[in-house]
Amino acid sequence: MGLKPSDFRTEVYADWCPGCGDFGIMNALHMAFAELGIEPHRLVIVSGIGCSGKEAHNIKAYGVHTLHGRTLPFAMGIKIANPELEVLAIGGDGDGLGIGAGHFVNAGRRNLDMTYLMHNNGVYGLTKGQASPTLRLGIQTKALPTPNINEAVNPIGLAIVSGYTFVARSYAYDVKHLKETIKQAIQHKGLAFIDCLQPCPTYNNVNTKEWYAGEDLIDEETGKPKPRLYKLELSGFNPVVHDWQEDPQKKVAAIMKAQEWGDRIPIGVFYKNELESTFQERILNRIPFYLANPPAKQKLCDEEGYATVDLSGFLEELRIA
Amino acid sequence: MVQNGLNWMAGGPQGSGVDTAANVFGKACGYGGLYVFGRREYHSNIKGLHSYFHLRVAPRQVLANVDDVDLLAAFDAETVVRHVGEVISGGGIIVDAQQLDVNVLTIQTLPPEFRVELRDFMDREHVGEKLGDFLRYAEKRGIHVYAVPYMELLEGVGEKLGIEKISKITRVINTLTVGASFALLRYSRELVEKAVRSTFPEKTIQMNLVALEYAYDYAEKHFGSFKRTLSQVPSNEERIFLTGNQAVAMGKIVGGCRVQTYYPITPAADESEFLEAHEVLHTRNGEEAIVVIQTEDEIAAVNAASGAALAGARAATSTSGPGFSLMVEGLGWAGNSEVPLVITYYQRGAPATGLPTRHGQADLRFALHAAHGEFPRIIIASGDIEECFYDAAKAFNFAEKYQMPVIHLIDKALANCAQTYPVFNYAGFKIERGEVLAEKDLEGREYKRFRFTETGISPRVFLGTKNGVHWYTGDEHNEFGHISEEPLNRRRMVEKRMVKLELVDREVPLSEKINVYGNIDSENIVVSWGSPKGAIIEALSLLASEGFSLGFIQIRMVNPLPAAYLKRVLGEKKRIIDVEDNYTGQLGGLIREKTGLAPHYHVLKYTGRPATTTEVYNALRLILKNEAPERQVLMFGS
Repeated sequence: MGLKPSDFRTEVYADWCPGCGDFGIMNALHMAFAELGIEPHRLVIVSGIGCSGKEAHNIKAYGVHTLHGRTLPFAMGIKIANPELEVLAIGGDGDGLGIGAGHFVNAGRRNLDMTYLMHNNGVYGLTKGQASPTLRLGIQTKALPTPNINEAVNPIGLAIVSGYTFVARSYAYDVKHLKETIKQAIQHKGLAFIDCLQPCPTYNNVNTKEWYAGEDLIDEETGKPKPRLYKLELSGFNPVVHDWQEDPQKKVAAIMKAQEWGDRIPIGVFYKNELESTFQERILNRIPFYLANPPAKQKLCDEEGYATVDLSGFLEELRIA
Repeated sequence: MVQNGLNWMAGGPQGSGVDTAANVFGKACGYGGLYVFGRREYHSNIKGLHSYFHLRVAPRQVLANVDDVDLLAAFDAETVVRHVGEVISGGGIIVDAQQLDVNVLTIQTLPPEFRVELRDFMDREHVGEKLGDFLRYAEKRGIHVYAVPYMELLEGVGEKLGIEKISKITRVINTLTVGASFALLRYSRELVEKAVRSTFPEKTIQMNLVALEYAYDYAEKHFGSFKRTLSQVPSNEERIFLTGNQAVAMGKIVGGCRVQTYYPITPAADESEFLEAHEVLHTRNGEEAIVVIQTEDEIAAVNAASGAALAGARAATSTSGPGFSLMVEGLGWAGNSEVPLVITYYQRGAPATGLPTRHGQADLRFALHAAHGEFPRIIIASGDIEECFYDAAKAFNFAEKYQMPVIHLIDKALANCAQTYPVFNYAGFKIERGEVLAEKDLEGREYKRFRFTETGISPRVFLGTKNGVHWYTGDEHNEFGHISEEPLNRRRMVEKRMVKLELVDREVPLSEKINVYGNIDSENIVVSWGSPKGAIIEALSLLASEGFSLGFIQIRMVNPLPAAYLKRVLGEKKRIIDVEDNYTGQLGGLIREKTGLAPHYHVLKYTGRPATTTEVYNALRLILKNEAPERQVLMFGS
């Protein structure tokens, strides 16, 4: 195809704060789309509300910037109407795990073949720094008058028990790792979830770039910082489910891994299962021609516009004479 | 007075097959060339509480119930207690002979408020506590009591079928009462058998046919002639017997709906289930299908429907008040992004959970104003089951031509009433998709989804179309669909959206916005919307036969309201009478707002039960005789 990352840029000014992780995520997305050769018109970016929601305007592809927490339902409607489209949903942690938590869970039950990228920075940035559902208990970020009295949701664990079939974590400042994770997620058959850790330079003064880099954790021997993030793929962790028998163990292992936080934080793929049927396949079982003639492509009428449908299937049941 | 046809009622505990009995009864009448109108009343309950079906049968089209019951088929004692007052003198009650000693005050499912009324009734009329006392009271009023030993007949049925446990066949009590009813009415047994065959699943047909036979034989042998009979009438017309839910489902299919989302809610869900049961469609272009998705909530339902609509599918969601409350934010998004979204809105008793299974029409203002800010929306309201069908199809044309949400207002009465109609003719229905650009139209040009145009309509491009990349946002946006907070752009965008409503008002012919009945030149005019239509039309013709002159304007397009027309017509009237099923007279208020003309009289009902022809006739008659207060509240129906 010969697509370049710049083919996915728009002229819209990206109005995130200097140093925002959103820039890294945007670049990783541009690169992933180019490398996968997805033509812009085949791609739909569905975003929510918050700083991350604006990302749809900075990607030259169909963009649907929706409501707070409702990215997944919009994305579902689009994908079901036209399964030929590559659909990528984007949202913040408050969007996905606060106001949209019900959709987050139920999307897992369907396993639609699409991707959900969650920006996880622990705060509601655009409303000036309130605690998000991923901020841990007792943490007091800059804008909080008192320490957080809610415990955090574990996004990876929740995704796994909800039925997502590809669950990964990456980091906004490791653009290469993020790009590769996005590519894997898009190529995965089924619903893929990426928990993208992302410092908010303006409001999260706890989980900062320096914190992730471990600048407060100095190795006594080398005198160098010990980065908190480590890569699962380099640690020998195998997330792939090859047969249903090993699925429960793989799920448990992934959830165990997802408990790690603090001085050591894993990134990479936690769980991957392509044995599970996708929602499209389930529809296909009921409507054998669904992919060949999906809802968005059906003709509905003849050349002159007259409806072509035959209601006899319905009328059969109702006929009395 | 108000009387034509035969009024049959079946009642019993929920889960005992009241609906099925009514279906068999209605179909059997339909097979005999008769017209049927039936209303289903049920509690928000799975099993045990009282439900009933009030059916009216006549050789010509019937549009509503009347207050009377000619023949009451009671599965249980409660049915007699609740409906004995509705049975007319000369009518009949079919009752279980073995329950005559039941003390009615021990019926556990009677609610406390009803017990108070019941006590009053018993004291006033000197009726004892036994069911037999109630039946004696009925007999004193000239009602025939037909006591059928249900258990004895069931034993016979069981014996014939080789079933020992009677508990396995108690569910055919409904069929026993149908059989006894038709025997009394001296109606063709063959047609009833046909109805049984077409209603029950294969494995229970035999059991029901035997029950029918036993009931017929018993009634013919033991009961003398009943004054009412029912006979077949010749008819060559192809007819269907259907509910509003079913009519909407079929209308949507004709209208091209190919994605339907829903969250289970009464009284909307039956529509989605009917659609799902028929998801594969045959068309002259080959096979098509509707994908029906049960979502996690109504929020997901409305937004998934919007997503599907953006991708180019005709998409709808279907709900009632509580669900629509949750959809409000999504509605606003669709309005702002000019999405052709169709919402089928079945009103029920409200507010809050209200009367989940009962009727109401109190959501017109809500549909009109739901969501923050100002954006155009079309609101259409069907007045009968046939209109439900055509309006459901037309909603998609409106939505796509004018690129705005369309709310199709229906109510519980329409959703659950069943009526016979000649088979709907949809051959002439045209799909109008509005301005849509395809890949070739877009080549070499810059596409702006929200291009400023004179009409406010910007040609659409479906997501996925080559050369057409664009954006949507719930923020105010520029022509490309990118966020913009600039004042001039803002003004132009607001105006672009809002002027579309003026276009709708200009382009949609008056004949699609209103129906008129009776003498429209009369100085007396009824205005209404939705399901009261049938009762009003029948009341009008009764009043006309008594020499009263009266017209009726049924509003089918609530927004934009045909205000200029209404102002012209209503301005000359002496009596404007608003009939609707809510407390505040919402349509009347809207007409006043848009025309400056206020209704002189209100006939309102908010008991959760639809108005009958009898009630509307009585109320209108009082008004025309200058004997009515400005506000009459109707009460019929238990």
